[in-house]
Amino acid sequence: MLIRYRGGEGMLAWAFHRISGVAIWVFVTLHIIDIFLAGANPGAYNTVLQVYASPIGRIGETVLGAALLYHSLNGLRIIIMDFWPVFTRYHRQLWYLNWALFTIVGLPVAFIILKPIFGQ
Amino acid sequence: MTQRYSRSGSIRPTRQGSERTIWYLMRVTGLALFVLSLSHFLILHVLYDPKDQTAAFIANVRWSSLFWRANDWLFLIVVIIHAVLGIRIVVGDYLKGAVRTAVMTAFYLLGLLLFTYGTIVVVTLPKPTG
Repeated sequence: MLIRYRGGEGMLAWAFHRISGVAIWVFVTLHIIDIFLAGANPGAYNTVLQVYASPIGRIGETVLGAALLYHSLNGLRIIIMDFWPVFTRYHRQLWYLNWALFTIVGLPVAFIILKPIFGQ
Repeated sequence: MTQRYSRSGSIRPTRQGSERTIWYLMRVTGLALFVLSLSHFLILHVLYDPKDQTAAFIANVRWSSLFWRANDWLFLIVVIIHAVLGIRIVVGDYLKGAVRTAVMTAFYLLGLLLFTYGTIVVVTLPKPTG
């Protein structure tokens, strides 16, 4: 449906922004509660930490980082277009620039986060 | 004025008022979070490994100085403002009337609850010992 609907890059940029925003909402809620546990119940917090450090936890951490990086870069793109409307003409190019930055920054970060899964 | 080009941001409300203030607040907090959230992720997920971040690590390393406690408390406040106002846009797109009000009231309360939990831990987590 996403491919047949003729919304193009602008629509995808918007959809990804919304999805990543909601995903970050879920994690931030979880994260404030787990840090609260570090004070209220350190034993329980350290147990949660083992889940974060597990291979599945590291994959989740990578997905979180990707959502955060996309949302940050696209948010900057929105701000640029909102305050300098001339850039709305180049919203596609800005979006592709986002993906270039996303790849350049994201790949090394993903490598560092996922490396321990492979026993390094 | 009609909107000529496709874009991701919502259009800036032309009239003075709370909607316009919220529109600006969303962008100002977003800009602050670009720095606060990415530096947070860089330090605690790239430079340090989360697996080493035990309760003792938070008390003795991460929050050993007032600066980092204040930084993380500021981060907490800004992220909650941005998240609540952000979800307000999403909820407003799909829900109307009393249902929207009820759902948003729940999110405002959740925001307040998270602010309270975060503030309690950042203020009360024991200072480093020794």
